[in-house]
Amino acid sequence: MRGKYLYISLAVLFIIASLAFIGDDKYWTITKEDVKLDFPKDFPKPLYDFKNNIPTPEGFTLGRKLFFDPVLSKDSSISCGFCHQRIAAFAHFDHPVSHGINGLLGKRNVPPLQNLIWEKEFMWDGGVNNLEVQPISPITNPVEMNEDLKDVIMKLQRSRVYPAMFKAAFGDSVITSQRLLRALTQFTGLMVSDNSRYDKYMRHEDTLSKTELHGLQLFRDKCAQCHREPLFTDNTYRNAGIAYDSTFKDSGRIKITGDKRDFMKFRVPSLRNIEMTYPYMHDGRFRNLKQVLDHYTQTFTKESGVDPILVNGILLTEQDKTDIIAFLKTLTDKTFLYDRRFADPNMVRY
Amino acid sequence: MIHKRVLPILFSIAALVAAMSFTVPNAPVLTINFENVVGNKPLVLDSITYKNELGQPFTITKFKYYISNISLTNSEGKVFPFHDTYLVNEEEPTSKKIGIDYIPSGFYTSITFTIGVDSAGNCSGAQTGALDPINAMYWVWNTGYIFVKMEGKSPVSKSPGNLLEFHIGGYKAPYNCIRTVTLKFTKALTIADDGYGYVTIKADAAELFKTPTAIDFSKLSSVTDFHNSITIANNYADMFSIKE
Ligand code: HEC
Ligand code: HEC
Repeated sequence: MRGKYLYISLAVLFIIASLAFIGDDKYWTITKEDVKLDFPKDFPKPLYDFKNNIPTPEGFTLGRKLFFDPVLSKDSSISCGFCHQRIAAFAHFDHPVSHGINGLLGKRNVPPLQNLIWEKEFMWDGGVNNLEVQPISPITNPVEMNEDLKDVIMKLQRSRVYPAMFKAAFGDSVITSQRLLRALTQFTGLMVSDNSRYDKYMRHEDTLSKTELHGLQLFRDKCAQCHREPLFTDNTYRNAGIAYDSTFKDSGRIKITGDKRDFMKFRVPSLRNIEMTYPYMHDGRFRNLKQVLDHYTQTFTKESGVDPILVNGILLTEQDKTDIIAFLKTLTDKTFLYDRRFADPNMVRY
Repeated sequence: MIHKRVLPILFSIAALVAAMSFTVPNAPVLTINFENVVGNKPLVLDSITYKNELGQPFTITKFKYYISNISLTNSEGKVFPFHDTYLVNEEEPTSKKIGIDYIPSGFYTSITFTIGVDSAGNCSGAQTGALDPINAMYWVWNTGYIFVKMEGKSPVSKSPGNLLEFHIGGYKAPYNCIRTVTLKFTKALTIADDGYGYVTIKADAAELFKTPTAIDFSKLSSVTDFHNSITIANNYADMFSIKE
């Protein structure tokens, strides 16, 4: 009798276990549907052209593997995902500036990765002109991953898994920098955030509270010239009255253009998922959104040449600030933050 | 019986092979040979000490440049453009010989090319071949190609290790370092019907530091972004000539 029960319970356990595995498989498997190029209707036309790099399940899966693999760094300690955390919309929450190899500090705040295919240029100063070539920057940066592109390719060629993955993605197992970069682009390019409560409100699928609506109204009045809907950036570079920091010595866009008028100009960042991406600004100098708003009303500086829109600061009452912050929190997109497609395949499911 | 079926197949394969070997050879038709020199001396990396316009001694440890958008003009003024980009690297002898396929036979009076990579080439994302970023001719902090890279040493250089470091690139105004060169053949270049031609182009590395602006290595030993890049680009604009 005993034995019979044992067998039955073992069988039941086995079934449950295998069901769990089937479930897990679905969680990790990337299907054709997962990589469909289907962009939000109210967004403009993407600026990145997928024509030469049409996402496939295999290409995307390879990109995902690379993104979370520290093999891209010199001592195999740092992956892209180390600095770009999914739960923070791929920013590095609670870190003012980036931490790279050997704990070395960078001088800029890690920006979120979202809606990248609508960006004209990348980085806080717009120094990178195409999403495909962006990863070369962190891979070779001495305070980030400090690796040589040639060595990365060599390591991938020697690995047990990558040649087969490149073959699945590109037809043969040859590993080139172009294939590596394009696979990463398939992964990061599909990171689209368009399902926050704000988006649902705009599509008449959800409502906002009175406070949030008042915040939205104020936002459109005071902030949207620069943080333009629906992407919450107008893709320009502006001086937001941020004082020059003589320890970081980061003068922004001028380093790219050589134009004196670009001193302390930085890219207008998107504010999507802003609740998750603290601290704020190009060097993470503000811990929370209240400090950002206090900056716009009080602590901004004209020393470094501030944008004409901000010369007199922005007039807001304390209640206005609370309402704007309430509105900004409606930009948190749980669909994106918990999208299984972008989860680290080496982690337990969460 | 099987033979009957196999033979025609074999015949057609043989015919195909034969046809293929009779078509125009795939070999390069025009060979352009780049000969790097410093003034009237050959360029030899590391070992020869040269003098710049101000008489300052220097050696060269690296010399690389991009050539793109080559076109030939024939005696009737018709222009034949070719679209490949080439990276000439003193360290790699094979890179100094480039082959251009499918040039119609005829008489050509001049050759035009770009020093560097045109702006479309600088913005096209991840590329392969000569434009593969692993060739170390790519800027990542301000993305785009380094058009001309010269490195060396000079005892008067104030850079650490007395280094000379000239990495010149940039495709956006006002720091656009793309230069276009047209060189006339004194005797028309003939591509005969058998389809072979040969031309040697000299690249004088000394010109980077010569005209119109003579460079004083004690004042300028490193150019790695837009600062002073235009001065050097204007200098290298005339570094090429036809070797007759
Ligand atoms: C050491 C931390 C670190 C690592 C590792 C890292 N990044 Fe970043 N990433 C940053 C920082 C900091 C910035 C902003 C840099 C700047 O503005 O100069 C950034 C910017 C970006 C951007 C531009 C975002 C935008 O909107 O402009 C992309 C895309 C990106 N990273 C992708 C990647 C990929 C892919 C990898 C792996 C190959 C990677 N990152 C590895 C810290 C990191
Ligand atoms: C003149 C254009 C302009 C206006 C108007 C403006 N901003 Fe900004 N905003 C910027 C720029 C530029 C930055 C980045 C500055 C930096 O990092 O140095 C920025 C940064 C931010 C950040 C930090 C984002 C991050 O990812 O770190 C927040 C939050 C923000 N703005 C909110 C607002 C709000 C709310 C308003 C209206 C009250 C507003 N902004 C008005 C240009 C503007």
